[in-house]
Amino acid sequence: MKRESLIILRRTFLILTVLFIYIWAFIGLPNIELKETSIEIVSAIISGLFQPDWGYVYDPAGEDLLRGLLDTVAIALLGTFIAGILCIPFSFMAANNIVKTKAIVGTNKFMLSFIRVFPDIVLALLFIKAVGPGAFAGVLALGIGAVGMLGKLISDSIEGIDLSAREALVATGANPIKIFMFAVVPQVLPNFFSFILYRFEVNVRAATVLGVIGAGGIGTPLIFALSVRDWERVGIILLGIIVMITLIDMISGKIRSRLT
Amino acid sequence: MDILGKTTYGEGRKAVNDLFSDGLLFTTLTKVGKRLIQFKNVSKIYPNGTIGLKNINLQIEDGEFVVIVGLSGAGKSTLLRSVNRLIEISEGEISIHGESITKAKGNELYRIRRDIGMIFQNFNLVKRSSVMRNVLSGRVGYHSTLRMILGLFPKQDKELAIEALKRVNLVEKAYVRADQLSGGQQQRVSIARALAQEAKIVLADEPVASLDPLTTKQVMEDLLRINQELNITMIVNLHSIDLAREYATRIIGLKDGEVVFDGPVIEATNDTFTSIYGQDMRKNEMKRAAK
Amino acid sequence: MNTIEKEQTDHIPSPPSKMKPIFTAMLVLVLVLGSGWQIGFSFTELLKGLPNMWDLVVQLVPPDLAYFQVITSPMLETIRMAVIGTTFGGLLAFPLAMLAARNVFFLSIITGPARFLLNLIRTLPELLLAALFVAIFGIGTIPGIFALMFFSLGIIAKLFYESVESIDPGPMEAMTAVGANKLKWIMFGVVPQVMAPFMSFFLYAFEINIRAAAVLGLVGAGGIGLFYEQTLGFFDYAKTSSIIVYTLGVVLLIDYLSTKIREKLI
Repeated sequence: MKRESLIILRRTFLILTVLFIYIWAFIGLPNIELKETSIEIVSAIISGLFQPDWGYVYDPAGEDLLRGLLDTVAIALLGTFIAGILCIPFSFMAANNIVKTKAIVGTNKFMLSFIRVFPDIVLALLFIKAVGPGAFAGVLALGIGAVGMLGKLISDSIEGIDLSAREALVATGANPIKIFMFAVVPQVLPNFFSFILYRFEVNVRAATVLGVIGAGGIGTPLIFALSVRDWERVGIILLGIIVMITLIDMISGKIRSRLT
Repeated sequence: MDILGKTTYGEGRKAVNDLFSDGLLFTTLTKVGKRLIQFKNVSKIYPNGTIGLKNINLQIEDGEFVVIVGLSGAGKSTLLRSVNRLIEISEGEISIHGESITKAKGNELYRIRRDIGMIFQNFNLVKRSSVMRNVLSGRVGYHSTLRMILGLFPKQDKELAIEALKRVNLVEKAYVRADQLSGGQQQRVSIARALAQEAKIVLADEPVASLDPLTTKQVMEDLLRINQELNITMIVNLHSIDLAREYATRIIGLKDGEVVFDGPVIEATNDTFTSIYGQDMRKNEMKRAAK
Repeated sequence: MNTIEKEQTDHIPSPPSKMKPIFTAMLVLVLVLGSGWQIGFSFTELLKGLPNMWDLVVQLVPPDLAYFQVITSPMLETIRMAVIGTTFGGLLAFPLAMLAARNVFFLSIITGPARFLLNLIRTLPELLLAALFVAIFGIGTIPGIFALMFFSLGIIAKLFYESVESIDPGPMEAMTAVGANKLKWIMFGVVPQVMAPFMSFFLYAFEINIRAAAVLGLVGAGGIGLFYEQTLGFFDYAKTSSIIVYTLGVVLLIDYLSTKIREKLI
């Protein structure tokens, strides 16, 4: 009897809390004022998607779509490469079956979570302040930002490996570095590459918006086209991004499924 | 070649001798009669107070096939693992070929370990790596760290690995991933690893405990063959009294961390095993044998 | 026996070709160098930037605690955007995921377009969606909510239809047997089995949306993100770091609560 009433009490409390959150959220909501232009713009964007500015795809003289997309992929690729290298020491030092000192493991795990909660775009803002606007800031932002997630995924996967081979390597007279290379590395490598590819997919998406704040890539011409209301150009850029991301996801997914 | 002539210790020995009398593939330094492994007053007390070994004094000669028997917890594994210092002893000294492994440090320790192969109950292979790479991992002690980081093994090592795999009849599996093999095959890969290591001593910790009877036989025959043809000293932990009788030249019985029997296999009577295993165990063993 | 074994041992298999790993490594090298060349990566620039980065870090600490008061209201607005965006995203995701699940609708004429639509939505990152909606609705929280709605729709629907496809077919067969129409069939055969994972995905999307909402202000789509540009523009780095610290605190708190609830759901 008592237990039942407790459950009812808890349930009421939960419902009231959720109700409160929603009332609070909707009261603060501004009225959706559909400006007369809104519908016009929506139809303009849609027609822009169907009648894109094909001339923008390739323009030998100046800025064009292909160059923008290539920049975007280049930023993502370099960022992923840098992160892939930087995350290696963190991943191993955050794995409790490799490093036995709890303080070191804890510190590294904390650092990885700390980097993980930083949005890439905020990092990019900070790097723009440090090295000036451009693709370079974008690369650094993705290079640092991805370390958190990669480090977490890889250290989790290291903690899951079978370390029985380590004993065998000790018995052959291998020193710690050799033991590591033969007993640990072969088991981690396929996962490592798989995570790197996955993060590359994420980074390509991230790199398309870096340009919005001036950190290079296709985002810059997109935001420019939006501000001058050149809907045909917006259309071709959106199409370009969609095709690029779909292709990269497909290729990367294929490779990943063959890795493991 | 007189070692090959010995057929006194069981059928297995004889059969194998007949099969493999076609010469030696490896050149080994045979120092028959020299005291190879020496335990001097060795004791081991674990941090939680459990006594692993109690004042052990032993000498094991070159070319012996020693089987250590005893109940679980009697200290068999501790004894074996203290030889190559996978377990640190608390007191006493162990020396290999007159060199103290107990006092050895760094590279000296690695060099002594290099001469001691080890075979484990659970094989301890790197399952994701190929059989070849697992066998080659026995060679890592011979090369510089940098070379091993790059994974560059000289051609002779690869030939050695192939020879070792031929010896355990697994050469056709050389480039298969280790986890694709059956348990018995995996154990033979780990034997090949010890062979590629060119070890002078092989320690085998319950090598057949996770295998079925048929593969048990194959693995034990492999060990015996290596012992006889290459004159590699074998120290094997076994549960089974029957296997111990069939393959050993010498039996060491452990009970509560102490040596309670040490002698040639002929001297190990039923009463000896009763004293090692206790009355009940012996009865059960007899019952099983009767079936 | 002897001869058979001999024959086996005579055959030494050839090692696998080393061309593939070498080719892959070369390809990666070419891609990395090509990328570096494409965007004009230079180590001298990096070295020149290093002291600047250090200066920036120094100026970021300590955060300006008094500024918390100013940004509390935009922080609440950020949470509000995430709540509403995720809710509408979830409501839309439910039917769309049903349409995409092959064990609910067996015709690829239905599942095909639904999946295509979902994949299309998922290619666009939230900030890009936000930029589009800002162009449509003008600056404010409304474009932010729309962006988060589509963003969470993509996440929830994908996870959800995969989980729908793995449910037990028994109850669905039972509903077919009693002759229920498609809507009843879904209501009683499918929905009871998938409510718990749906709620879990919903909360997961909410966690992601909170992080996303915190930066949407950069393109004018409301919330705390707007204040990054303001403070950075005035070189008021102590305030910038207080925005970061505040956001981190809220994100971690919501992650913690949401994870607790999700654990109870499963």
